[in-house]
Amino acid sequence: MPGFTDRSAPLHPFFAGVTSACTSVFSLVLAGTYIGLGALAHDFGFASWWLALSTVLVWAAPAQVILLSSLGTGGALIETAIAVTLTAIRLFPMVVALLPLIRGGARRFRDLLLPTHFTSASMWVESLRLLPRMPPERRIPFCNGLSVGYMGTAVVFGFVGYYLAAGLPPLLAGALLFLTPMSFLVSTARNSRALVDRIAFGLGLVIGPLLTWYHVQLDLMWTGIGGGVIAYGIHRLRRIAS
Amino acid sequence: MSAVWTELWPYLMLILAGFLPNEIWRVFGLVLARGLNEGSELVLLSRAVATAIIAGVVAKLIVFSSGALDSIPLAVRLTAAGGGFVAFFLVRRSVFVGVLVGEVVLLAGGFLFGP
Repeated sequence: MPGFTDRSAPLHPFFAGVTSACTSVFSLVLAGTYIGLGALAHDFGFASWWLALSTVLVWAAPAQVILLSSLGTGGALIETAIAVTLTAIRLFPMVVALLPLIRGGARRFRDLLLPTHFTSASMWVESLRLLPRMPPERRIPFCNGLSVGYMGTAVVFGFVGYYLAAGLPPLLAGALLFLTPMSFLVSTARNSRALVDRIAFGLGLVIGPLLTWYHVQLDLMWTGIGGGVIAYGIHRLRRIAS
Repeated sequence: MSAVWTELWPYLMLILAGFLPNEIWRVFGLVLARGLNEGSELVLLSRAVATAIIAGVVAKLIVFSSGALDSIPLAVRLTAAGGGFVAFFLVRRSVFVGVLVGEVVLLAGGFLFGP
């Protein structure tokens, strides 16, 4: 039965990933975030299945917020696409940072495709925290299980929010919409252990709204490049100095 | 035919304006990251860029809110975010405590100073 053991070997880390997702605070946060998104989708007149499909395909709450609000208020397709792609730039360095952790466990290139698609803030933060202490061959199935757990939670609570929306008082709806920025604020801070990340985090908080206030084009792109390059520059200068 | 088009149009927009412009950066990451090492300088730089963009998105969502959140005054939103952030640092860097305190402050402030 060598084939059987070969195929059953990755099963356990997959379910360990699902379990880790369901017992993580991020599931609670995702539930809240997607209840908010569900309410938004309902208000803008999208079908509940449209939101579920966007969760599976886009799998990035900020991009989905933009997609819903922009298309929902009659924004042009190209304008929406540019806004979405700008918030998605952050996925590029996330995948770059994730791959070294999982590549050792990939037998074929296509093993990397699912973790790449699954890369999003919550999965990324948890993967970078949990994967390093795991043997390489367990990392990809764990990562996929973690993501399926998060995505399933998001889809389910998207429906919950959608059907709750009609009866939701404005203050509670506002509190649900606040869950996304509040949780991302503290979780990103928690993940910013190195000085370079902390500087980038602080700079992003300031530069982001400033560029929007002054109506700078491609503001998120410049927030990332500006904040990231300055933080990295400080990190290099400190190393040269010491 | 026209009815079918009306039904399918939102899903086509989802692909063109949502899925493709979002997924392309993941694919870039996958294709361009091959051969990079964990802890390499490029990984460090790209993580700093990602962190800055997430911080920027978060700050924008709080400062330039939309919908129901926009009806809660900016000062309340900022106080709630600051309060949650401080609570996160004070209580064992707990994300849950940070979010909870932020939400409680927002709800209290929204109740007292909201429309």
